[in-house]
Amino acid sequence: MNEMVITREQREARLEGMGCKRKRVEDVRFTQGRGNYVDDIKMPNMVHGDFVRSQYAHAKIVKIDASKAKALPGVIAVLTAEDLKPLGLHWMPTLAGDVQAVLADGKVCFQNQEIAFVVAENRYITDDAIQLIEVEYEELPVVVDPFQSMAPDAPVLRPDLDGKMTGAHGPRKHHNHIFEWTIGDQSATDLAFETADVTVKEMLSYHRTHPSPLETCQCLASFDKIKGELTVYGTFQAPHVIRTVASLLSKIPEHKIHVIAPDIGGGFGNKVGAYAGYICSIVATIVTGVPVKWVEDRMENLSTTSFARDYHMTTEIAATKDGKVTGLRVHVLADHGAFDACADPSKWPAGFMNIVTGSYDFPTAHLAVDGVYTNKAPGGVAYRCSFRVTEAAYCIERGMDILAQKLGMDPADLRLKNFIRREQFPYQSALGWEYDSGDYHTAMNKAMEAISYRALRAEQKAKQEAFRRGETREIMGIGVSFFTEIVGAGPSKNCDILGVAMFDSAEIRIHPTGSIIARMGSKSQGQGHETTWAQIIATELGIPADDIMIEEGNTDTAPYGLGTYGSRSTPVAGAAIAMAARKIKNKAQMIAAHLLEVSEYDLEWDIDGFRVKGNPERSKTMKEIAWASYNSPPPGLEPGLEAVNYYDPPNMTYPFGAYFCVMDIDVDTGVAKIRRFYALDDCGTRINPMIIEGQVHGGLTEAFAIAMGQEIKYDELGNVVGASFMDFFIPTAVETPHWETDHTVTPSPHHPIGAKGVGESPNVGGVPAFSNAVNDAFGFLGSTHIQMPHDAWRVWEAAKKLGVHA
Amino acid sequence: MSDVQTYPVTVTVNGKKIQRFVESRTLLIHFLREELNLTGSHIGCETSHCGACTVEIDGTSVKSCTMFAVQANGAVVNTVEGLANSDGTLHALQEGFRQMHGLQCGFCTPGMLMRAKVLLSENPDPTEEEIRHGIAGNLCRCTGYQNIVKAIQYAAAKLNGRTYQEAAE
Repeated sequence: MNEMVITREQREARLEGMGCKRKRVEDVRFTQGRGNYVDDIKMPNMVHGDFVRSQYAHAKIVKIDASKAKALPGVIAVLTAEDLKPLGLHWMPTLAGDVQAVLADGKVCFQNQEIAFVVAENRYITDDAIQLIEVEYEELPVVVDPFQSMAPDAPVLRPDLDGKMTGAHGPRKHHNHIFEWTIGDQSATDLAFETADVTVKEMLSYHRTHPSPLETCQCLASFDKIKGELTVYGTFQAPHVIRTVASLLSKIPEHKIHVIAPDIGGGFGNKVGAYAGYICSIVATIVTGVPVKWVEDRMENLSTTSFARDYHMTTEIAATKDGKVTGLRVHVLADHGAFDACADPSKWPAGFMNIVTGSYDFPTAHLAVDGVYTNKAPGGVAYRCSFRVTEAAYCIERGMDILAQKLGMDPADLRLKNFIRREQFPYQSALGWEYDSGDYHTAMNKAMEAISYRALRAEQKAKQEAFRRGETREIMGIGVSFFTEIVGAGPSKNCDILGVAMFDSAEIRIHPTGSIIARMGSKSQGQGHETTWAQIIATELGIPADDIMIEEGNTDTAPYGLGTYGSRSTPVAGAAIAMAARKIKNKAQMIAAHLLEVSEYDLEWDIDGFRVKGNPERSKTMKEIAWASYNSPPPGLEPGLEAVNYYDPPNMTYPFGAYFCVMDIDVDTGVAKIRRFYALDDCGTRINPMIIEGQVHGGLTEAFAIAMGQEIKYDELGNVVGASFMDFFIPTAVETPHWETDHTVTPSPHHPIGAKGVGESPNVGGVPAFSNAVNDAFGFLGSTHIQMPHDAWRVWEAAKKLGVHA
Repeated sequence: MSDVQTYPVTVTVNGKKIQRFVESRTLLIHFLREELNLTGSHIGCETSHCGACTVEIDGTSVKSCTMFAVQANGAVVNTVEGLANSDGTLHALQEGFRQMHGLQCGFCTPGMLMRAKVLLSENPDPTEEEIRHGIAGNLCRCTGYQNIVKAIQYAAAKLNGRTYQEAAE
């Protein structure tokens, strides 16, 4: 190939490899309205399905009369649990080892539960038909408050489990109990508390919220009776797992099921699980013989398909009087709703909540989690976090602030005193994890300097004095958060989904002309994989990123992978990509040696090809090698240049960061103004800094929403109140603060390119930063803990309780 | 459903005159997406909160999930599919969104672009605060808006013959 002579820098730059702010490939279609989302897909003879949902949170179903609906022109079918029973599909397994009613089987357990699936020619007629279906209920007593769930006389919420006092995760203590999960050394921890100089204890509630991606959950199922093949387009963060589940449930052989996740309009954990809408669409297409589309509306999305958190964490820390932590004891009451549809790896009913020791060197700790049923929507998904990691980070980061307040210590100084030190990595935590790498002191010191932390504290002190003198009605809060995440599930030794180990995969194929198609088991929902995965390959193989096409989401063509959630794509699929590329590179080296008539060991890699050591003019570019691999491969070597890698990570990765929030609160209105928010992230090697910063902005905005008002609320009858964007707080551009971002780089020692993952860090670290800022503002008035969410009304109420309105 | 009553609608969509018969209750967003196969405009809430369905009608921004197709009779409707320049090059906003990393999942983007187009026609050189208020009817779950603001500033600069200096963060 004739090419102009260019410099090494130009050769490097044109690759657009790792570390460069490559503009996104996806944007070309998205900015022109040419994305291809599920609801954009049409098939010939396609019809629509939608649900009749329960008005009540807990009721027996006495009768369902669909006769009027069935008589409506345009209505094709109405499915109820009775229709699914012969197929054994009226219940489905959940990822958490429980079962969930696909269509209510004799009773409903939460408001808006699916009762019947109406199939009609268009979405307007399904809506008409839903109005014509009469459901007769007999109301039952309702349990909304998880603290009442295990009362001796609490109503039985799940009669289907009657007599089954052993669940998927061990013994059940009560008819509404799901599991108890404990870890840590209880007696050593109890002893630490008995002998401690200082202890603190607080019940920290992390309220119920919802991932609410802008595109709701949806699918389009089409069964070809002649071929016996099922095609399902859907909003799937884990399309391969969905295909396996669909095969196990439908008994259609897995190779005859084509699951395709096209462009996805945000996921944030909402689109991991299998939902009734998917099952009903599949049954409906098999029954009717025509393609069936199901599209949730926003109310259905917020009130049925998964929720997040509802974790109530009684947190205790023991310490010496000079502020060295000596023990951590946490008990969690976990509300999973009517069915345990938590999307965690199978053996982890409380996710990775045992990362709750955070960034601190706790000599001992104990954690116990009790999961309970209530008459609320099922779930417990990881909303922009690894499994229960945002709960754990909130627990420890609020806990450290509460301890600092009791000790009269500065919360940043308390953290600096207790951080795991750089030389302690790899670090064995008291609750069983091996942290891969970290440099917490460097990150914290950089962050404190960047925001002039000491000066802010001095300003806060002056403001507090002015407030006491009656000169201002504004108080100032400084929220500190130093989080450690655990992401990249995960090693097959401890992580699986329904028995499938949580590896991930990549397949890279170089064409004769040196361009590439690569496919992965991950699935982008906005993360920009088509851009960043190509950057990894570009650096590894010396082929420009623009010559590399990335494909994900088609289970027929992509290698099997466990999907994208829990920040696992970069730690697992990203590693698979690098490993697959290295297999190709090894073969390329053999071909280059053959072409240059030297030993492979005489060659060295140089940006975009191999050159002879000590004789750099003699070289072969990857493009030349690619052509040769199809044209004149060395004798005895297979032609072609492609590789597959299934990567089973040896460990999780542990990203961390230091976040600071500076807030001014008007005590008379409860309005909190974010003056500054600074986020330092260490996600190891940075693949595309532009995309990292973008993810940090987005995650911080979600953290801001959750901490400052976003909530799925229920009244005492189990009515979900506020399941629309009128009430459910999604910040607009006006409320959203300005974000300042920064970073340090501590590569993961076990990851092929040292990357750790970042998409969820800002949510994990952001929530405690906001909450700590609110609590920090009120601390000098005698407050120890104010529960989230901190909307203006609740902040005003907190101020009122402290007597500042008198 | 042959006996359902329909009404004639004539609209100019992206410069092309369209005539169809529709039910009176057909929402404009469904008309655009399902009748005309213009699937760029999206549905995020059906209650006018999210703005993913925002289109331009007779020079103003309209959330097409809360307007009936029959109400658009006689109107000039522009959607994201018609945003690029007539010579096929990208509109300054489309370019700005890519350059400034103003999108991630892309679902809010068409509505955001069409809202920004009208915003810039009403206020060709808005301040950051004016942009933030100007797009407050459009929700984004991915970006935190910071780079969307920059993308609109980039486009405003370009349309005013200036070069935008800042980089995407």
